[in-house]
Amino acid sequence: MKFLPLIWKNVWRRKFRTTFTLLSIFIAFLLFGILMTIRTAFSLGVDIAGLDRLVLINKVSLIIPLPVSYQGRLQQVPGVDLATHQTWFGGVYQDPSNFFANMAVEPERFLKIYPEFTLPPEQSKAWLADRQGAIVGRDLADRFGWKIGDRIPLTGTIWQAKQGSAWEFNVSGIYDGADGIDKTQFFFRYDYLDENRARGQGLVGWYVVRIADTSRSVELSRAFDEMFANSSAETKTTTEKGFVESFAKQIGDIGAIMIAISSTVLFMFGLVAASTMAQSVRERTSELAVLKTLGFTGIAILTLVLAESLFIVLFGGLLGLGVAWLFVQRGDPTGGMLAIFVLPPRDIAIGVVLMVLMGLFAGVMPAMAAMRLQITDALRRV
Amino acid sequence: MIALNLRTIPARLSSSAVAIIGIAGVVVVFVSVLSIAAGFSAAMTGSGSPNRALVMRSGADSEMTSGLDGAEVDIIKQAPGVRHDGPAPLASAELYVIIDLPKKSTPDAAANVPMRGIEPAGMPLREEVSLVEGRMFQFGTNEVIVGRGAQGQFMHLNVGETIVSGQNRWQVVGVFEADGAVAETEIWCDARVLQGAYRRGNSYQSVLARLESTESLDMFRDWLTSNPQLNVMIRRENEYYAGQSQALTRLIRTIGFGIAGLMGIGAIFGAILTMYTAVASRAREIATLRALGFNTISILVSILGESLVLGGIGGLIGGLGAYLAFNGYQTSTMNFQTFSQVAFAFRVTPLLLAMGLIYALVMGLIGGLFPAIRAVRLPIPIALREL
Repeated sequence: MKFLPLIWKNVWRRKFRTTFTLLSIFIAFLLFGILMTIRTAFSLGVDIAGLDRLVLINKVSLIIPLPVSYQGRLQQVPGVDLATHQTWFGGVYQDPSNFFANMAVEPERFLKIYPEFTLPPEQSKAWLADRQGAIVGRDLADRFGWKIGDRIPLTGTIWQAKQGSAWEFNVSGIYDGADGIDKTQFFFRYDYLDENRARGQGLVGWYVVRIADTSRSVELSRAFDEMFANSSAETKTTTEKGFVESFAKQIGDIGAIMIAISSTVLFMFGLVAASTMAQSVRERTSELAVLKTLGFTGIAILTLVLAESLFIVLFGGLLGLGVAWLFVQRGDPTGGMLAIFVLPPRDIAIGVVLMVLMGLFAGVMPAMAAMRLQITDALRRV
Repeated sequence: MIALNLRTIPARLSSSAVAIIGIAGVVVVFVSVLSIAAGFSAAMTGSGSPNRALVMRSGADSEMTSGLDGAEVDIIKQAPGVRHDGPAPLASAELYVIIDLPKKSTPDAAANVPMRGIEPAGMPLREEVSLVEGRMFQFGTNEVIVGRGAQGQFMHLNVGETIVSGQNRWQVVGVFEADGAVAETEIWCDARVLQGAYRRGNSYQSVLARLESTESLDMFRDWLTSNPQLNVMIRRENEYYAGQSQALTRLIRTIGFGIAGLMGIGAIFGAILTMYTAVASRAREIATLRALGFNTISILVSILGESLVLGGIGGLIGGLGAYLAFNGYQTSTMNFQTFSQVAFAFRVTPLLLAMGLIYALVMGLIGGLFPAIRAVRLPIPIALREL
């Protein structure tokens, strides 16, 4: 501890160089934070998908609907807690570029099966009472400045209304949720959709089923699919996690690309830090020899040099991650294209580990050289 | 003077290498990320022809969500402005659905592969489509032909194989190419067979019509939109596809420029460090030169020259690396407008390479500027005394 002032002095011996090394490291970890956020966004929140929820889609494709009658049959299967359905509406608000997800759901069951969406009790009561009611995510409401009671027209792309071209909804509530919960969606009531659509009565998009015991998910998935085999609408059941994952996989290898870029960036800046460290130790050869003459052991010298490089990397890196975190708190800059925009704690931890590794990597070669220094050789050099 | 500087680069190899690698890394990332956007947008904007018009139900944002019944389709085909092949109009009423097929890269996950039902006119209507393997499917059967891109990306699509989708079985009999257009990611079959397989009755989703000429679109559109029996919208086919690519292309570009911009700042810091080190280690030498009478400008130019060369080398290495690693890399992604897969290849275009090189030179220039100014402002006696 008593050597802290010495380390501090050494770090700032060349202010210009240290400043720019710090800035490089800062940028590296700022980028790391942002890239990990993008990666999370493209994985569509697979980390928070429920394991106790199964998703049944039409075996042919997600876009082919299923009959509403499946619900009663699913609900009766032993081990099923709750079965509900959802239907993709694909409505457009004012302009197609204002894209957000909008779906028809069964309000009561929906709120029960997704406890992660939090809605004040009086708002959920209002939703249950209003056939044209809808609940919207906090982020979505902020994006368009919607308030409770607003009337929102959506133009149906898949489902045409019996009369007129627009579907009208009342905002009954604004749901919220923890970080990583998609708060950009719009949910309205299936009974309104079914009664008001020109065709397609009795069809739903997919089913979400909560099971009592997660260890039975494979067995129950198979049971559901067998139940509807050889019918006009066969099903394919997966866990919600598997469902989201396979959807994310369709977008492609964004995650892999982001990790490749981060590695390039970190390697690049690690090299910068290492070469700076090496140089700064080389410059001080004679000084280190003096320290050794004064009785500093090899280990002490090693620690001194390593502490210096660790300090630079951690200082710059933590600042970078901190700024990345602040940036992410401000929300998605693309206006709704990246619905889940968070920097997961796991990636922050990985970042800190990487900083320590980078600090050691940058410092270890010069530190070893410094430790092995022969006093007589070193003093002879200029 | 510059020559002197350049000849001393090998002596400072390790720190120069750091700057070059730094700049090269930025250029690789910059060029490769933008090559994704370039490839995707080329696949989409190269799709469709200005000579063809796509008719969908008004309000539909893509073929996926559109719907037209048999009677409407018959009226649309009679519209003026459509080219005729003998007595028959060159117009094809089509169905567009997606089926789940495993991707070769992720065999355990299903991908949404688009399947299009066409009418006999659908082939002569699209001049760019040609069969490269096998034969055309027979109308009235469950035979299909698959696009070259789809065959490359998804499983079970070779000639002779059978696609199992729900209770339907489709026999692959041929492979077609379409100049790299989106259609190459599709599977084509008889529209009437597809209607039966998907219980669509006598309904379709779109009508694709070959126009008499590119100018006939207005006539065609006016006639259709003024017909009270129809509620349709008409898009030129190439504009329809170009519109679908915008959102994703913009997202990739934003990410690409953002990341490359930040990395560039980092690389500039790296270059500054390198040049600063270079200048610092030669402070005495530079001071000597100045004492000998070399003026400030020539010293400045020589240092900037050196860092520009470092930037240039980094840019070339980065551009070449990106080109070798990514140009032509085949992949596929989801087109969110239709929820279906689009196969495309990364394209490292000359424009991107030029942009990468310019970016590298700018990084080198800025990187050299501060150390150069510092070198010439240091008083000669102090510099001479420095170690």
